[in-house]
Order: sequence, then C-alpha cells, then structure tokens
Amino acid sequence: MNTGILDTAVLRTEIRLFRREPGSIFWILLFPTLLLVILGSIPSFRDSDPALGGLRPVDAYAPVAVLLGLIVGGLQGMPPTLTGYRETGILRRMFTTPVRPAALLTAQMLVLGCASLLSALVTLAVGRLAFDVALPEQPFGYLLALLLALLGSLALGALVAALSRTAKIATAVGSTALFPAMFCAGVWLPVEAMPDVLAGIVSLTPFGAAAHALNEAAAGDWPGWSHLGVPAGWTVLLTAAASRWFRWE
Amino acid sequence: MSVIDVTDLRKTYGGRAAVDGVSFTVEEGEIFGILGPNGAGKTTTVECVEGLRVPDAGRVRVTGLDPVADHEEVARVLGAQLQQSALQPKLTVREALELYASFHPHPADWRPLAERLGLAPKLTTRFAKLSGGQKQRLFIALALIGNPRVVVLDELTTGLDPRARRDTWELIEDIRAGGVTVLLVTHFMEEAQRLCDRIAVIDKGRVAALDTPAGLIRRSAGATVIGFSPSAPLDDRDLAALPGLASVQHKDGRVTLSGTDETVNAVITLLARARVTAHQLRVTDATLDDAFLDLTETTA
Repeated sequence: MNTGILDTAVLRTEIRLFRREPGSIFWILLFPTLLLVILGSIPSFRDSDPALGGLRPVDAYAPVAVLLGLIVGGLQGMPPTLTGYRETGILRRMFTTPVRPAALLTAQMLVLGCASLLSALVTLAVGRLAFDVALPEQPFGYLLALLLALLGSLALGALVAALSRTAKIATAVGSTALFPAMFCAGVWLPVEAMPDVLAGIVSLTPFGAAAHALNEAAAGDWPGWSHLGVPAGWTVLLTAAASRWFRWE
Repeated sequence: MSVIDVTDLRKTYGGRAAVDGVSFTVEEGEIFGILGPNGAGKTTTVECVEGLRVPDAGRVRVTGLDPVADHEEVARVLGAQLQQSALQPKLTVREALELYASFHPHPADWRPLAERLGLAPKLTTRFAKLSGGQKQRLFIALALIGNPRVVVLDELTTGLDPRARRDTWELIEDIRAGGVTVLLVTHFMEEAQRLCDRIAVIDKGRVAALDTPAGLIRRSAGATVIGFSPSAPLDDRDLAALPGLASVQHKDGRVTLSGTDETVNAVITLLARARVTAHQLRVTDATLDDAFLDLTETTA
C-alpha cells in the first residue's frame, strides 16, 4: 500500500532495521522499566511519602518512566537516523523512485512512536506486577496525555533532525536536549515534589505538563486542559518549525 | 524517437551558473555520454533530468514528460544511479532489492538481476559490509529494478579497480542490448570511447562539442599522430610547412607530428623527395583523451 506519505514496504523495512539496533531497543524499550525496577528495589521508595500526597515514590516514578521511554525515542532515536538518511543520500535516492521520501520519515515516526508506547505498556505492567503500582484509573485521559507527549517528543526530534547537518551533530544536540527534557518529566524530582515556582515553570514545557496530566489521570481525574494543551501547542509549534527547516538533501 | 530532450537548460547556484544553456537529445536505445572536467556541470545537468533539481530556465523532457511536474511518471520510466549515496547500513542486499522492487508497478524479477550483477552470493549481506564494487552493482540493480526505459548512471566506475570497471562496461552494453537507453556521466575517456554512441563534452556549464567519439577525435586539431626516426635530419621549415600540421616534437632523434590525414600524405611525399628513410614509422589516431584536452582547452 502506498498513499504518498505512507508506504507499507518502507514501514516493514524500518521495523526490521529497528530490530537490528540493540542500542535503541535497550534505551527505548528496556531502560525506562529498568529504572523503575531499580528505584522500586530501594525499600524506602516503597513507603508512602507525605511530600507526594501520600503516594509511594515508586508510584510517582511510574509516569516518569513512561515519559522517559518516549523522550528517549524522540530525542535519541530519531534525530541521528533521519539526519543520517539525509546525509548519506538515502532520501535523495528515494526521491528518484515513484515513492516519496516522506514515506521514510513517516515510517521512522511510526516505528519509534510504537516502540515508545510499547515501552510505556511494559513499564506499567512491570510496575503493577512487581511493585503493585495501580494502573491508571482514568485510562483514556492517560492515553491521551501519553499520545500528546509522544507527538511533542517526535516533533522535537524532527526539529533537531531538521537543524542538524550531520548525524553526529544530531546525536550531540539530541543528547543535550535529553537532559532538560528528562528533568522536566521529573526524572530527578517528580513534578509533584517540585517547589511551586519550579513546578509552575516546568508545567509550561511539553514533558512537565504531560507529567502533570499523567499524574492526574493515574489518580482517576480527567487531566486538566492546560496540561493537555501545553504539549499539544508545543507539538504544533515544533512541527511547523521542523517542516520549515527540514531539507531533503 | 528521443527519450531525453534538454533545451537551453540553465541552473545557477549563488550567482554562479553551473549549467549555462545546455541542449542535447538522447535517442531511444542509445548510450549517450556526458563528458567533462570536474565541476563542469555534468551532475547538475543529469540531476535536472532526474527531477532532483528544478531548472532556472530551459526545458527538460523525459519520454515527453516534465521531470519536475510529472515526477512520479518520470520516476517510473527512469532509473537513476546517483553519484554519492548510500543505503541503510543494516539493510541486506535482498531486502534492498525487494523494497525498491515494491516501489514500481511492474518491477523486474530481482533474482535474475542479482544473478547477472554477481550479487547472488551476497543477498544476505548488509549494505555496510559490501565492497565498493558490490555497492555500485547493487545501485545499478536498484536503477534497473523498475524496468525503466532509460537509466542515468553518474560516475559509475569511479573508485572501481580495472577489472571491476571492465565488468561494469560489459554490463552497460548488456543493458542497452536489452533495449534500455543509457545516459552515462563520466570523466574516463576510455569508458566514453568504448561505450558511447554519442558524447556531449560539457565544459564550464556549456556543451563544448557533441558528436560520436570518432567524430570528436576527427574534429580535434591533432587527430592523427605520425611518428618516425628519420635516417637523416629533416629541415624544420619543411616540416612546419606541412598542410594540416598541429604540432611537431623532436625527442631522441624521433619526430612526432600531429595533424590530419593530409599531413600523413605530405610527410610521405616530403620523405621521398628528401630521400630520407623513416624508421619505425607509426601512424595512429589520436585518442579521445587528446580530443578532450583540445576541446576543453580551447574553450578556456
């Protein structure tokens, strides 16, 4: 099937190639869950903490680990791959065939997007089975927040790919952006535990707002519209910037 | 019937004209060469034919279609082997062939194609592990996989060893024998002379000459080279007066003249009249190399 920007043969090929990248598989699919397992193995992380509104730290870290998978997918997985495809002329070569090179970008985003969502499922399942972390009580709100955060992450990755001339630069820029993104998602300090001013700033970033939205949905509330609107707005902005500056060669 | 039709093509980069009024047509079943020094505008010209670049002015048609406006239709009839490009490093030869075959409505069967290109033992090898020659052959296979009517091959044999180069030449002759028109960009004279039916010599963004290889050689100033060791010295003034003479060289008692067929006859008459014997007399045609240097120098 080929609809211009989606080609199933290209998608199948990119899935196959993703499976040949042990690094990507580890960092996107396994690392977030591993982090949750390590934190959950610390006895004090399994005690209720008043600073977290009575949640155990391991409960608070479950949404963080979920976000981590998609941040890594968007910022570490996508930029070097897309920039490399441009740098080595793969996009150019595809341009000389009846299939649009956009099919390759779509396939990359689908592969990384699905891998990130799979990573989230693994994290939630392991959290539930190993540490008795409750599954999200508002699953639809949770899924919506997750999808918006994913789109934000892929759009940010696409912008990095658009602005980087070589795959090396893309890796460096992607990894540099990874740390603030991880901070906002609450990897060092969950957003509920952040001081008010910091929490206010962080909730204006796509992953900070998404972390709030995931927490709300996990607790059974429909996520606040501002917490959904912020990642959605960032996605629109970042996508516009990425398509403005992306070069096919 | 012409398969490729380029008229007054112009393409400027940052104020500098890379292609400045190039015109040529390629007939069905022809191997047409584009020859020229580095930076002459060869690749830009074929990139406009492939639809990779949008011309600033002029008209390009491939089987009557515009490579920019009718890009998809042109991509179905034109196979391209690009000068510098790669594939995903972990993609295997077989996967690449199957993937690119899937892009075309009526692809060639990739198995005999792989066989013919000597890729059959490499089907499960990843792109990154292929040698330079194997990569080139895979690119040729990908250019042919859509059963195109015309293939564009850009600097196909650069970086290949002499044997691989000769194998590739045979392959190009096979491709043409199969009815495919070939547009070949090269800077190897031997390659152009051996393969091409006609050649456009491009220099500084313009067509300096367009002819058959033999025609290009004939039209250059020193098309025929005459060498001999005279039994007695010849008068330089007599040599200089020879008709059609392009150059004279003396080295270790040997005289080398370049000129036309007329020069050959005149030299023989001159030698007979002066009663001088010409030892080791050799009359050879100049090569395309000589013609090329001559053509690209005179336009400098």
